[in-house]
Amino acid sequence: MSAAVYEERLERMWQSRPGVLGWVMTTDHKRIGLLYFWTTLVLFAAGGAEALLIRTQLIQPNQHLVGPATYDELFTMHGVTMIFFFIIPMTTGAFGNYLLPLMIGARDMAFPRLNALSYWIFLGSGLFIYTSLFLGMAPNAGWFDYVPLASRQFDPGHAIDFYCLGIIFNGLASTLTAGNFIVTILKLRAPGMSFNRMPLFCFAFLAASWGLLFALPSLSADTIFLFLDRNIGTHFFDVAKGGSTLLWQHLFWIFGHPEVYILIVPAFGIATEIIPAFTQRRVVAFPLVAVAELLVVFIGFGVWAHHMFATGMPTVTVIFFAAATAAVVIPSTIQVFAWCMTFITGNAQFKTPLLFIAGFIFMFVAGGLTGIMFLAVPFDQQVTDTYFVIAHFHYIIFGAAVFPIFGGMYFWFPKVTGKLYFELPGQISFWIIFLGTNLLFFPMHLVGLAGMPRRNYTYPAGLGWGADNLAETIGSYITTVGILLLLGNLVVSYFRGPPAGADPWHGATLEWTIPSPPPEYNFAVIPKVSSAYANWDVEDREEDRRRLAEGVMVLDEGHEQPVSSPVDGWFAEIAEMPHDSLWPIVLAVALSVVFVLLLLHLWMGTAFALAGVMLALLGWHGEEPEETDA
Amino acid sequence: MLLAGCGGRQDTLDPHSHQAGDIANLFWVMMAVSFGGLALVTGLLVFAWVRRRRRGIGGDTEGPHPGERTGWFVVVGMGVVFPLTVIVALFIVSDWAIVNITQAPAASSTAMTVEAVGHEWYWSFKYPGTKAVTADELHIPVDTRVNLVATTADVIHSFWVPELNRKIDTIPGQQNRILLYANQTGVYRGQCAEYCGLQHAHMGMLVFAQPEAEFRKWLKREAAPAAAPTTALERRGERLFLDGACSSCHAIRGTSAKGYVGPDLTHLGSRTTLAGLTIPNTPSYLARWITAPQHFKPGNQMPDLNLPPAQVGALVAYLESLK
Repeated sequence: MSAAVYEERLERMWQSRPGVLGWVMTTDHKRIGLLYFWTTLVLFAAGGAEALLIRTQLIQPNQHLVGPATYDELFTMHGVTMIFFFIIPMTTGAFGNYLLPLMIGARDMAFPRLNALSYWIFLGSGLFIYTSLFLGMAPNAGWFDYVPLASRQFDPGHAIDFYCLGIIFNGLASTLTAGNFIVTILKLRAPGMSFNRMPLFCFAFLAASWGLLFALPSLSADTIFLFLDRNIGTHFFDVAKGGSTLLWQHLFWIFGHPEVYILIVPAFGIATEIIPAFTQRRVVAFPLVAVAELLVVFIGFGVWAHHMFATGMPTVTVIFFAAATAAVVIPSTIQVFAWCMTFITGNAQFKTPLLFIAGFIFMFVAGGLTGIMFLAVPFDQQVTDTYFVIAHFHYIIFGAAVFPIFGGMYFWFPKVTGKLYFELPGQISFWIIFLGTNLLFFPMHLVGLAGMPRRNYTYPAGLGWGADNLAETIGSYITTVGILLLLGNLVVSYFRGPPAGADPWHGATLEWTIPSPPPEYNFAVIPKVSSAYANWDVEDREEDRRRLAEGVMVLDEGHEQPVSSPVDGWFAEIAEMPHDSLWPIVLAVALSVVFVLLLLHLWMGTAFALAGVMLALLGWHGEEPEETDA
Repeated sequence: MLLAGCGGRQDTLDPHSHQAGDIANLFWVMMAVSFGGLALVTGLLVFAWVRRRRRGIGGDTEGPHPGERTGWFVVVGMGVVFPLTVIVALFIVSDWAIVNITQAPAASSTAMTVEAVGHEWYWSFKYPGTKAVTADELHIPVDTRVNLVATTADVIHSFWVPELNRKIDTIPGQQNRILLYANQTGVYRGQCAEYCGLQHAHMGMLVFAQPEAEFRKWLKREAAPAAAPTTALERRGERLFLDGACSSCHAIRGTSAKGYVGPDLTHLGSRTTLAGLTIPNTPSYLARWITAPQHFKPGNQMPDLNLPPAQVGALVAYLESLK
């Protein structure tokens, strides 16, 4: 048989149902990735609109665009949206889902239905929390939601219950995704891809997934405690009854600081793919960078209390956490200089994706340097809760997480759509966003040092804060224009762009070995891998073509996927992957009902809905044997 | 138009104490080093851009990993050794030296103690050993180490006067302390720094650093009960205050008003600002405040009472007489 015959067989075997049902029932990681992408993009627009309202309110002293109640909802929802509903689902959900299997030579995630369930739960939690905004009872105690401000006494009504349940609900999706990624990376790598031959992108997502898996339980426990305090009458955080308000902060930041690294490490992963492609150079000091990606997340678990230096902890405790914070600097600087040296020792071509990565390095270093300042305890305690901190973490989160996301959008656009984007508007969009964000965030350092605290819906004139705030607001408008140009460019390119071919950048990793957009089975033949830059190993790719012609490692007897040993990547067995299914969405709907009923305090109803969840799980598992027969 | 700032600034880089001065100097040094670091990395990127059409440091002759050895040297040298040195130095200066200079004073090592209590949304200040209680405006003697004890009546607030020292949160069930010191007489502005609800933005405070004698005089007067009203209008105001809604939330020492929801008004007339520095304390602003507190500070605990103007006038006359 010839290669075309095998490809046709695989095509028949793996194709989705046509139309909407194909999307609803899909277990294809690429479709799920795209669903994540569009959903998070909508939520990014919502979070961005909230940010623009905040900035417009603060354009000058004593403005009245929104009142204090609305303002509190806006900044809370902005934080919650950008962290839980944009960056995590965009990096792990969209980029990770679409690209991880492609980079390791797999045909899907390890648990495709679980993957679909993650998405539907994520969508459910997004709808759930945004319902609160339309009902006028959006969470309003900040994304950090400190008690006792968030307790029933000071925040009656449903706002904080929406927060607690929405966060727990969303955390389910992230936990499932994280577990799925870990197993996928450890077990589904193409035979031959031992750990040292794994792309840095995968190291980053492995690190972020472990981070999510260990950080989220702390947040879930915290929000469950708060929900119980508010609705059942427990006293976890009630000082009068022997509880502790600082318990909330500790549990929150045990999640919250690793969270920061969970946000940016996948972006590091994106950077470490774009840099080799546009410098045509393997990343300098590869093993150090791989270890640094893992170390950043690991050390990130030991620094949480640096968010709490002003809470009156003993000096010894404070200094311990300052030292831990210092330790996290080293893996970060290792990566920065490895990236820079790859730029220099390679043949850097500053196309749009690489421009975004250069901008990302600049922003990350700027934000990192102000981060180092926070290990100076007295200075931290001077500027914490001011705009200086906002400047710092927006340089990190916008600069170091969102810039690579934008760069990645351009970089993988040809792979996903099969079209090339337009280069000149792409570069212009970079410069507008780069200048806009610096105008938006740099003056925040100044106004913070001049004493402006965070989370104020207005500020008095005469304290010298007006000019900086005006500049910031103008910067936010410029940034918006740049982002719209970026998205517009991609939309126009989708319809009018020239065809891209399989590998427009001479990219380094396996996704560039297959057609654009990738076929539903991803790889017609399970690729041979002998380095982390597989697409540059010309002989291996010729071997793939030989194998395909001879029908070796094509695995076309069903939904087949080779499973490898976790460390060395030895071929272990062939797994039969599940087909598409309605059960993930059914289960997610049943779970949504559970959370809505919990919100309404309908405990009996909740019990019935949980029974529904169990039934859906039964159905999910009941179908399995029938499928292997088919 | 609301009053501009109500006097005083709160600029961390305009310190008026040794403590805030050390922190500001620390910042300037860190900033200089940071700009150096940022310039270094930017320089590397620009260098890559300048050489963008050449391949590698040694060109293609070095095979698939051109300049890998140089790269490792830079990564280990600039990425490990150099930052480690800088951070250890920073750590010793800030977290060993300056942290001790600026931290809460040892028990009974200070000449005096002041209690700051955060409320939604104002500060009350007490002077242990005297009966003095005031709101939003803290007086301290200049060149004197003051032990400030920060607590809360409700949620978490944060006591922060940037030009004097770092901030300290008020945590329910905890007594946090901070050293307060001013090396120059003057008025220093501060503000609640921890988000505490609707009117977090209007929870300012002023610290008046006065010469010792002037401070003692102020404290003596502040500790005394309110003076009896002298004019007929003031007497009418007092009666309205004590019989009406006011006294259920506010205290005026020396009268039957013993409310504790709102600030103590015993010497309201001697204060320069109202409502957490939202407006200046003038008869006309006070009248407008009593008429429509929700206009100035929406969501605050004081309801719009809709009193007729004549009653408001009497109340203002009485309250402003409480010097």
